[in-house]
Amino acid sequence: MAPVTGGARDAVAGVAAAEVVAPSTAGEVAEVLRSTRGSVVPVGAGTKTGWAAPPSSCDLLLRTSGLDRIVEHVPGDLIAVAEAGVPLNALQRRLAEHGQMLALDPPEEGATLGGIVGANASGPRRLRYGTVRDLLIGVRVVLADGTDARAGGKVVKNVAGYDLGKLYTGAHGALGVVVSTVWRLHPLPKATGAVVVPVADGAQAGRLAALVARSTLTPTAVELRFHDGARELVLLFESIEASVRAQSAEAVRLLGGGERASAPPAWFGRRPEGPLVLRLAYAPAALPHILAALPGGACGTASACTGVAYAAVPEETDLAALRAAIAPYDGSAVLVASREPRDAADHWGPTADSFGLMTRVKDQFDPARRLSPGRLLGGL
Amino acid sequence: MSRHLVRESATAPEEAAPRALLLAQRLRGRIGADKVLTDPAQLRTYECDGLATFRVRPAVVVLAGHRDDVVETVRMCAADGVPFVARGSGTGLSGGAMPVADGVLIVLSRLRRIVSVDPDNARVEAEPGVINLWVTREAAPYGQAYAPDPSSQQVCSIGGNVAENAGGAHCLKYGFTVNHVTGAEVVLPDGGVVHLGGTAPEHPGLDLLGAFVGSEGTLGIATRVTVRTIQAPEAVRTMLVGFRTVADAAGTVSDIIAAGILPAAVEMMDALAIEAAEAAVSCGYPEGAVAVLVIELDGPLAEVDEQFRQVETIADARGAFETRIAEDDAERALMWRGRKSAFAAVGRISPAYYVQDGVIPRTRLPEVLTEIGRLADAADVRVANVFHAGDGNLHPLILFDDTVPGAAEVAEELGFAILDLCVDLGGSITGEHGVGVEKKSRMARQFTSADLDTMQLVRCAFDPAGLANPGKLFPTPRLCGERPGVRTGADTHDPALGEVF
Repeated sequence: MAPVTGGARDAVAGVAAAEVVAPSTAGEVAEVLRSTRGSVVPVGAGTKTGWAAPPSSCDLLLRTSGLDRIVEHVPGDLIAVAEAGVPLNALQRRLAEHGQMLALDPPEEGATLGGIVGANASGPRRLRYGTVRDLLIGVRVVLADGTDARAGGKVVKNVAGYDLGKLYTGAHGALGVVVSTVWRLHPLPKATGAVVVPVADGAQAGRLAALVARSTLTPTAVELRFHDGARELVLLFESIEASVRAQSAEAVRLLGGGERASAPPAWFGRRPEGPLVLRLAYAPAALPHILAALPGGACGTASACTGVAYAAVPEETDLAALRAAIAPYDGSAVLVASREPRDAADHWGPTADSFGLMTRVKDQFDPARRLSPGRLLGGL
Repeated sequence: MSRHLVRESATAPEEAAPRALLLAQRLRGRIGADKVLTDPAQLRTYECDGLATFRVRPAVVVLAGHRDDVVETVRMCAADGVPFVARGSGTGLSGGAMPVADGVLIVLSRLRRIVSVDPDNARVEAEPGVINLWVTREAAPYGQAYAPDPSSQQVCSIGGNVAENAGGAHCLKYGFTVNHVTGAEVVLPDGGVVHLGGTAPEHPGLDLLGAFVGSEGTLGIATRVTVRTIQAPEAVRTMLVGFRTVADAAGTVSDIIAAGILPAAVEMMDALAIEAAEAAVSCGYPEGAVAVLVIELDGPLAEVDEQFRQVETIADARGAFETRIAEDDAERALMWRGRKSAFAAVGRISPAYYVQDGVIPRTRLPEVLTEIGRLADAADVRVANVFHAGDGNLHPLILFDDTVPGAAEVAEELGFAILDLCVDLGGSITGEHGVGVEKKSRMARQFTSADLDTMQLVRCAFDPAGLANPGKLFPTPRLCGERPGVRTGADTHDPALGEVF
């Protein structure tokens, strides 16, 4: 597994890699880290490299796509073990043979499990099933010095030791290279139905979302699309047939209208595209305020009852002003796509009082700051 | 709870901890004399938590009346290098809140204010001493509830729940404390205050909150906690099913999961646990049952109705000889009373007992029960089994006579043998009670030294001096910092042995 010189496409967020390696076992990952010095940026399929700030350097791009084994699926225990380079869709195909799924639905085509963990990617169904932090029950990581360490395990209920999976989730490889993952699974729902409701403005979207949130309906997703003034709210029901039917009817009654459909519209679950795309997180009920704070021409989707939205905004958007406007709602805005590379402050926004602690965690795990340097909040 | 096997601190605190006593004097001036206890008679109350077999008298107890009392106390401890332990309601079963002999025990049970109830955002913000059930009580008028429901929910505190990542019967469907905490204000072991998470579902940067929840008090003290509430379900249906064999009951659980049904809870009790529950609370469980399941489904009415019928069919096919369905809340409460009182109930059929908490892959349930039976017979000890069967979380209740010399040790050995069995089958040494002081020696059975050293990195980031709840969770001391041989304080001695200079 000799390193090869990086080509044109071997770049991370606009920073070219000097060399590229593609190890195929955890042992090889450890060997790479032990036998090299300098900066290392781990990448899966590379579908979300724009989700973190550009690295301050990339001596070695470490592709995890060679770690591609589905190690174990125990249907009776509703768990699966798969290496970091396994594409989510490949795992889903395998699980579906037994009527099960990993309840994560980030839309990036070809995304790997390791990349999804590193970027903490989620999709609309987070409303029902949560995100990586709720489903990842075990993890194996190679640290900057080559140490091979596990945390968690293969059982869902487990409080032995620190839950390091939470720390690695969303760390973009800056604490270690995730090499294998263990997941809690769910049964595939037997039936699907959607209710689509046109929405006049942000205030109405907020009212309707609140009605759903405060009802006993159990949609797996409630997605709002906003674009050029047009707005549409979709409720997705996934359960047994009788429940989907009854809940869809109740949703139409509750919301005072809406079209029932057998599947959600084509835009459902897609990320907005453009030269500057943001992920916003905020107190869930603040949805109307968040929409109002977005600049003219913004379009995107909001997971309406959870407090997360994705918005394509004009490239000249004043990010500092936007962040200040949504701060009262515990709001944050992080870039997920940018035509021009931005520095960490622009990418992530301001740091909070926990940043000193974050720095200490990074320095414990990676004292030489060689893993994904500069990619995290505050340029860590 | 068993009364023997008590490991007391060898040294009296007034001799052992002059540093802590000097600190107590200064603390009285800062936060008020009435909040700082050093009288041995008063300290005795705080010698142990729910794991009464481990007792250490702390040098000082601080009854925090305000968040700032916690900050002041931790700052002073940090300045003087005095270890401290946080305590909520003291119901923990692994000794997580066992004091340190030369240290300060910071009692949080007076911090019991509900800060805010925000049904629109489905959040409740509470101080750490707030009782778990109060959160649901506060949310109930808005049709909401707090999902984690440990059996001790009428007395255990939110701060303790966060420290232990508390579970409960309904975490099969709804997850654990960590899945429901969105924010916390934390006093770090150096006395600094940070805010992790918040009201929003995510925040830029590392998920320090995720690492903090379940860290058993070793990373700092939460002084405010924001939790997510859930909408109370439209329908809840509960059944109690009696079986003639444990294998039939376990098979029913597997069949329910295989049918793609995710119940809110699936609980199991074996014959001895049933006998105890009957003796204690007369819950009227099916006569002659070798195992019972309590199965609860919740959600939209149409879904619950259909799946409930399916579960009945599945249980019948596995030879259920009696199925009772709760017709109202009172009947449901009775079904749950037998289960939730099981621990205490065992006191009716045995002079003393010892509770363990292990996890196995659910599919291994029948073989684990057979093996536990074999181990129990070999040790000539009776074991009553109570499980969260849906997620493979075992609570073997090991019965012994505390008037017989050595019986407690035999019980403890059997408990550890059961934990080893859990690890060998791919499970865990704890599903919800935590590692604490009781099971730290077992951590090395479940994790490699590389795994444990990696966890210690987090400890060293949060608490380089090792002052927060030392001697818990980790099996062996480890020093923070890179110079070997230089003592920086983390876990350098067993706190139960008193102060070491």
